[in-house]
Amino acid sequence: MRAALQLSEAGLKTAVLSKVFPTRSHTVAAQGGVSASLGNSEEDHWHWHMYDTVKGSDWLGDQDAIEFMCREAPKVVTELEHFGMPFDRNADGTIYQRPFGGHMSNFGEKPVRRACAAADRTGHAMLHALYQRNVRANTHFFVEWMALDLIRDADGNVQGVIAMEMETSEIVVFQAKATLFATGGAGRIYASSTNAFINTGDGLGMAARAGIPLEDMEFWQFHPTGVAGAGVLITEGVRGEGGILRNSAGERFMERYAPNAKDLASRDVVSRAMVTEINEGRGCGPNKDHVLLDITHLDPEVIMSKLPGIREISIKFAGVDPIKAPIPVVPTCHYQMGGIPTNYHGEVVVGGKPVTGFYAAGECACASVHGANRLGTNSLLDLLVFGKSSANSMIDFIKQQPLELPELATSDVERSVARVERLNKQTNGVAVNDARTAMQRTMQAHCGVFRFKDMLAQGVEKILEVEKMVQQTEISDKSSVFNMARIEALELENLIEVAKATMISANARTESRGAHVRDDAPDTAETPNGRDDANWLKHTLWSRDGNRLEYKPVNMQPLTVDTIALKTRSY
Amino acid sequence: MTAYDPIELKRIRWRSRRGLLELDLVLERFFAQRFDALSPAEIDAYKRILDLPDTDFLDVVNGKADLDDPEEAAIIEILRAV
Ligand SMILES: Cc1cc2nc3c(=O)[nH]c(=O)nc-3n(C[C@H](O)[C@H](O)[C@H](O)COP(=O)(O)OP(=O)(O)OC[C@H]3O[C@@H](n4cnc5c(N)ncnc54)[C@H](O)[C@@H]3O)c2cc1C
Repeated sequence: MRAALQLSEAGLKTAVLSKVFPTRSHTVAAQGGVSASLGNSEEDHWHWHMYDTVKGSDWLGDQDAIEFMCREAPKVVTELEHFGMPFDRNADGTIYQRPFGGHMSNFGEKPVRRACAAADRTGHAMLHALYQRNVRANTHFFVEWMALDLIRDADGNVQGVIAMEMETSEIVVFQAKATLFATGGAGRIYASSTNAFINTGDGLGMAARAGIPLEDMEFWQFHPTGVAGAGVLITEGVRGEGGILRNSAGERFMERYAPNAKDLASRDVVSRAMVTEINEGRGCGPNKDHVLLDITHLDPEVIMSKLPGIREISIKFAGVDPIKAPIPVVPTCHYQMGGIPTNYHGEVVVGGKPVTGFYAAGECACASVHGANRLGTNSLLDLLVFGKSSANSMIDFIKQQPLELPELATSDVERSVARVERLNKQTNGVAVNDARTAMQRTMQAHCGVFRFKDMLAQGVEKILEVEKMVQQTEISDKSSVFNMARIEALELENLIEVAKATMISANARTESRGAHVRDDAPDTAETPNGRDDANWLKHTLWSRDGNRLEYKPVNMQPLTVDTIALKTRSY
Repeated sequence: MTAYDPIELKRIRWRSRRGLLELDLVLERFFAQRFDALSPAEIDAYKRILDLPDTDFLDVVNGKADLDDPEEAAIIEILRAV
């Protein structure tokens, strides 16, 4: 919607397709905030933000894109404020900023308050502000339309999408001079996920089928604190406000793993510490399979005012009132760092060259600013910065195009139709639910927050077996109107592409880096944290065709400042 | 139960896919356990509830807020209990 706004305000005819009403996109779930070095609460600088992001990414992020994002942050957040975003404010009227894991001042010295929020409804407020502006700018919304496939012509140029109107199952061609994917993440490949059911990685599936490789798909952030058993997120803001993680002995174990940042260390450090506690028998509950997040020492007033949603979540999904007792939590799949490869202009890049007419932004894209591990609040920022920059690239590109759209060959659209037909005709097939469950269990068991060599190798075999199930899904309901069974079957065809990309990329990367942590790449004196820069300081590119893996170098050269040199990542 | 427009029922099912996992989990339980037994008037009330923004919907389900309309409030009671 950030991109659409830019395009519509430039006077271009803009169509936004969405599976659901736009303000019900998964962004509504973002509670914690959006980062920008506004320095409203204490001194801050975009260069420090950049340093934190590079370090957070475990040096896998591209430093040109990271510099661009951190420098743009104050501008796009201020713009959002002008669009009507109701940020929390300080007494002097400036935006209130709160501390967040991984945000530090002066190149990693001490925590700094950098996250801007609208109570615990930041994502919701952002969607509403952008939707309202888009309506004013005459953006045309196609709601309850599902894009099925990307249209590429014989030269590989992108000409739009094939989409299905859910109400009728009618399949229609949307031809466009420029096409942007902002289709979100694919967290539903895992059994335990904070993502809503809608996060099925459709853009990644469409790109993969159209011959576009997917970048760095082995990197998935697991949120340290999903409610054990449900996956529902307990925001990191809880630790920002003073929440403490404890093991079965009641010990504040983060003091051992991150003596400085403690409970505010970045997410993967916290997740790893939690799993280590659980693996070493210090987990809680009858199965010793989770740890506890304790806020019982906080003033109930603070809990109610600063963390209003948390109490309800805990009561409903964990059966615990956090004012009286600690919340059972476990690392849960949360965010996808990889995606469709782009540069910081939002152009999709393959083989070093932009794919004509194709752009991507947000969680489905890989710019790459998050590298091997995203810092909390940098993804809403990613939406704003790269939504805007990709739209600017689109505007420039469209200006150079002839007025008339080229004619499409029927072969360009046949692929989608064939997929839907296969599904309609399938007999003696596999139930969609069974195939999805098999995929989610395989991913969780073989490619979770901690990874083991043998399990990964078996996981590759298993996920290729699951793919065969997905190719034979059968639906009993063949009707046309809002056929949820058909929609879910088509979504599963996207999820499986992401699952394969993840498993195969993870199996191949024999180091530990950021969120990809392997048991056989441990922390040693020669390879601190198990990171192997000599061999693995590079981006993975997985192609669907033959499950081919290629690699490309990390861009270590920022735009105006010096390279942030490789260092061991510790907090 | 009097028949409810089957097309409308399917639309309702799709619109029960929300942006928040919490709602997905609650509504999934609701469809599995309770939805089939609802009367047409109750389904109408549920349909109106679906127009709420996700964050408000969740607040109501969590008991942080209430709905004035008694029919809608009755559906919310069911959602709170599943
Ligand atoms: C619980 C939770 C809390 C979070 N909190 C924070 C936070 O505090 N700060 C932060 O920075 N980040 C946070 N994140 C991450 C952040 O919310 C997401 O990365 C971000 O919202 C993704 O936005 P997006 O626009 O890329 O995708 P989405 O918001 O998921 O939107 C995708 C859109 O694409 C549409 N779409 C998808 N497929 C199709 C298709 N085939 N056809 C048509 N339309 C389609 C959907 O309908 C939807 O409108 C959080 C994530 C979660 C899960």
